Amino acid sequence: MIFDVANETMPREELEALQLRRLQALVHRVYANVPFYKKAFDNVGIKPEDIKKLSDVKYLPFTEKQDMRNHYPYGLFAVPKDNIVRIHASSGTTGKSTVVGYTKRDVEIWGQLMARSFMASGATPKDIVHNAYGYGLFTGGLGAHYGGETLGCTVIPISGGATKRQVALLRDFGASVICCTPSYFLHLYEAALESGIDFKELPLRIGIFGAEPWSEEMRRDIESRTGITAIDIYGLSEIMGPGVGIECETAQNGLHIMEDHFLAEIIDPITGEPLPPGETGELVITTLTKEGQPLIRYRTRDITKLNITPCRCGRTLARMHRVMGRSDDMLIIRGVNVFPSQIESILIETDGLSPHYQLLIKREGTLDSLEVQVEVDEKIFSDEVKKLQQLEAKIQKNIKEFLGVTAVVKLVEPRAIQRSEGKAKRILDMR
Amino acid sequence: MKVEQISIFLENRAGRLEEVTRILAEENISIRALSLADTSDFGILRLILSDHERAKKALKDNGFTVGRTAVVAVEVPDKPGGLHSILKLLSGNGINVEYMYAFVHQSAETAIIIFRFDRTDQAIEVLQENNLTIVPGSRLYNL
Repeated sequence: MIFDVANETMPREELEALQLRRLQALVHRVYANVPFYKKAFDNVGIKPEDIKKLSDVKYLPFTEKQDMRNHYPYGLFAVPKDNIVRIHASSGTTGKSTVVGYTKRDVEIWGQLMARSFMASGATPKDIVHNAYGYGLFTGGLGAHYGGETLGCTVIPISGGATKRQVALLRDFGASVICCTPSYFLHLYEAALESGIDFKELPLRIGIFGAEPWSEEMRRDIESRTGITAIDIYGLSEIMGPGVGIECETAQNGLHIMEDHFLAEIIDPITGEPLPPGETGELVITTLTKEGQPLIRYRTRDITKLNITPCRCGRTLARMHRVMGRSDDMLIIRGVNVFPSQIESILIETDGLSPHYQLLIKREGTLDSLEVQVEVDEKIFSDEVKKLQQLEAKIQKNIKEFLGVTAVVKLVEPRAIQRSEGKAKRILDMR
Repeated sequence: MKVEQISIFLENRAGRLEEVTRILAEENISIRALSLADTSDFGILRLILSDHERAKKALKDNGFTVGRTAVVAVEVPDKPGGLHSILKLLSGNGINVEYMYAFVHQSAETAIIIFRFDRTDQAIEVLQENNLTIVPGSRLYNL
């Protein structure tokens, strides 16, 4: 089912014409209203009227997270503050938080795009949505909330935390759709099992998971253990929040980007040069319709690739590959690029290991060392030392084979790795 | 003729073993025999207890990974060559010992050896054919 047939299935030629019109209007708007952009355009010697075709976007300067921090809090707003109806902000754990202002229309469009997302996941107005994304400055909670309501679902604004209560309400309220991070979903699943509740016996049928990178293997694991359809959703607070892109349940093969509102490019993260469709690089997004705080060529740091071939679901919107990692949390271990998601894939493929793992990177002398800690559950536990050592060796061999990195694999007790109610923290970089 | 043994995964961290014995003590469960296999970063504690069901539940509730294995308890005369004669018999029949541990019962003149075999059922057959005393669980748990 498609929520907005006209816009989601528009022929690509028409879509690109629409994108160009919107891009041209946008560059005029930011040039006139945001001093930061006027200066940035002037610095590279580009005028709004120089944008004549869509590919001219490559002449525009990038916007980086640091630019938002430098203009904290309201310096990049493109409308008077009276027109801003909502503020969201990142947690600011890695620096000053990035603040984003939304106009009434921005919030409405967001609701529409999230409604599209819910429908793409297989949800209908009849569904009950258990929304366990955090409410507040974080965009996940309210983003999913308004989207569910726009579609006409019943939304349960449970937010994060209070896991035992969440499990009880999942059962009592009979939610059919759940929104949260995939790692929190597994945490909920484990907590439910401990209380004797099997998700397979609940009406729950769709999980919309985002806000952290996860792998295809983790999807298969979640789906087989819980019987739901697990859907990947993409978004970032700087651009809008969740709903920038979502997988369709039909194909579950790439996330459709809402291209009528967001112009997506893939660039080489080192040189900044645009890459053709199909090549892997960093996703860069220009917000085509945002009023409150539009961004030009925002560097998301997310590594992915785009597929513009038509999807079986009927949508013509380009699909991005699930996020493979971040250009800024890509680990370079002894000169080899490693993304945590690659390690996760290997672990899950190695005899269905528990997906609770943690990477410890240390520097010993001048050499980096990688330790992969994996929790032992009853499925893989053996009373024979050699079998556990064989398992460690097998994981180590697979990591070496697939990634070219020598890792120390260490089995740890269940729950040794801290559970998170938000984004899973997979990396402890002690270098 | 098999005896139940539980095994527990332990990280090599101070206090983990003590945590297990504390739980068993609180549950009023007796340890009949034990062995601890250790490597540089983890250990496997194997236990024969007076009540495996309750022990398993209490340990799991406290977050431990607990496994269950069928092992064989064999009575061996406590004199030189006692163990050797059994091992000779088993190896002659192509049966491997994965691991074993032993204890001497204070009131008896025999030692009891706990064996984990690669082929448990065949091992039991061989032992029985040769009239060796296999100690049943009912006796071991209540020693």
